[in-house]
Amino acid sequence: MKEKIRIGCGAGFSGDRIEPALILVEKGNLDYLVLECLAERTIALAQKRKKQDPTTGYDVLLERRIEGLLPLLQKHQTRLITNMGAANPLAGAEKILEIARRQGLKTSVAVVLGDDVFGQISGEEPSMEGNKALKSYGNLVSANAYLGVEAILPALQSGADIILTGRVADPSLFLAPMVFEFGWSQSDVDLMGKGTVVGHLLECAGQITGGYFADPLTKPIPDMHILGHPLAEISRDGSAVISKVAETGGAITVQTAKEQLLYEVIDPGNYFTPDVIADFRPVSFREIGKNLVQVTGGTGKAKPNSLKVSVGYEAGFIGEGEISYAGAQALTRAQLAGDVVEKRIAHLFDEFRVDFIGMSSLHGAELSQDHSPYEIRLRIAGKAKDRRLAQLVGEEVEALYTNGPAGGGGARKYLHEVIGVVSVLMDRQKIKSGIKLFES
Amino acid sequence: MKIRLSSIAHSRAGDKGNTLILSLIPFDKDDFEFLERTVTAERVKAHLAHQVKGEVIRYVLPELRAFQFVCFDALSSGVTTSLAMDAHGKSLSYALLEMEIQDYTKG
Repeated sequence: MKEKIRIGCGAGFSGDRIEPALILVEKGNLDYLVLECLAERTIALAQKRKKQDPTTGYDVLLERRIEGLLPLLQKHQTRLITNMGAANPLAGAEKILEIARRQGLKTSVAVVLGDDVFGQISGEEPSMEGNKALKSYGNLVSANAYLGVEAILPALQSGADIILTGRVADPSLFLAPMVFEFGWSQSDVDLMGKGTVVGHLLECAGQITGGYFADPLTKPIPDMHILGHPLAEISRDGSAVISKVAETGGAITVQTAKEQLLYEVIDPGNYFTPDVIADFRPVSFREIGKNLVQVTGGTGKAKPNSLKVSVGYEAGFIGEGEISYAGAQALTRAQLAGDVVEKRIAHLFDEFRVDFIGMSSLHGAELSQDHSPYEIRLRIAGKAKDRRLAQLVGEEVEALYTNGPAGGGGARKYLHEVIGVVSVLMDRQKIKSGIKLFES
Repeated sequence: MKIRLSSIAHSRAGDKGNTLILSLIPFDKDDFEFLERTVTAERVKAHLAHQVKGEVIRYVLPELRAFQFVCFDALSSGVTTSLAMDAHGKSLSYALLEMEIQDYTKG
């Protein structure tokens, strides 16, 4: 059994760059590459694609990512673990085999199944967010449980080169290979907690190497145009050293590690995953070299009896329109323009909003006082159940060209369908996971 | 004299549904106690009143020399359905750092 393993994270969201993962496999001396590509809403959107075409529903970038990675993964004997299966991991596995055949390579894929619990949802269940019946939110389109290590482990034991999942908790993608390689007991809550800390630090990829961190004045980060993604060398005792490939851009410091450790964590003493309730409070970081941060501490309590289920629902349409004003009285002309559209159509919408981009669109009017920008972009958004009505927002903004204040330019209109996401808890005994093997 | 929080600390914003989560980390770990006295949950709630409609809870993390502010009902229904420009609230770390605090002399 290994004393140390190396896991890299080559993607932290569905639209992430492709090249950092290639560099990690080529030069990172990895045992495992993880690609985390599944946000809350992504799977509901994928479910809708799958309904229209049953051969789709996996990550839209799966083909491009696998085409680049497959030869490198084989050359360096690195296994891939990824949630790019999204709403249809079985079709994703078929696609991977097709790519392998095209490239003249042999590969095997283990698909983790069981997260799709749509058939087990009645719609009467109360949501965690509002304690209201799920069906009161709108037409339900998906329900996926967050699976954990126990679901991924059989896929690792199968020996497959690639482990393809749908919805699993992000840190579990990293904890599973630790449990597998070190033979950790899943009831050892201290090790489960430590491994979850490492997984959480890695799961957003570039967010621990200087991405979403850099500020040229207070937190400068070098060579962000070639930002490297992170890897961790994990020891059997659960401690780890986070680093990145030499000559990539970015930086790994105690500061970047602290920001990422706390990212999206509601209670640092009770971080719920399917594997453990982790405690991040005792974690400590030490810089043991340039771009080398050692992580120790972290612990946990026994895993919860329920799993979180993300439920997607149809939430109508958002229409948007934008137009810019510059020079003398730019803001007052933009305000007049906003006023015109508001008077004409605001009363037709469930929700309606007027923003002044360059002024107050991000932090509200109060924090934005005392600034007088040279140019302002008016942005109007409205949400409606009806697609045509939502479209009206952009049309009304565009009509400001000839009917609105002087000097309006650069009008744009947008329309998109809204898929909302709420959560419920489900007894974990009711959720049965399994695997299916594919070989080319 | 007053200074802005941005001159002595950094922050990252995260979201979970309609909950906004803001870390606060001093550049100099010796400023931890000063921040603990100064940047209370009540002050953060008042400072972000236009954005945060619910409660603000502060977690103090002495081992990490950091704070976590958890702000409920803060993202106009959350990323999937919000009409806001920045539906995740990712820019709001810099709203927290706009807070004005009394300057102090380090002991």
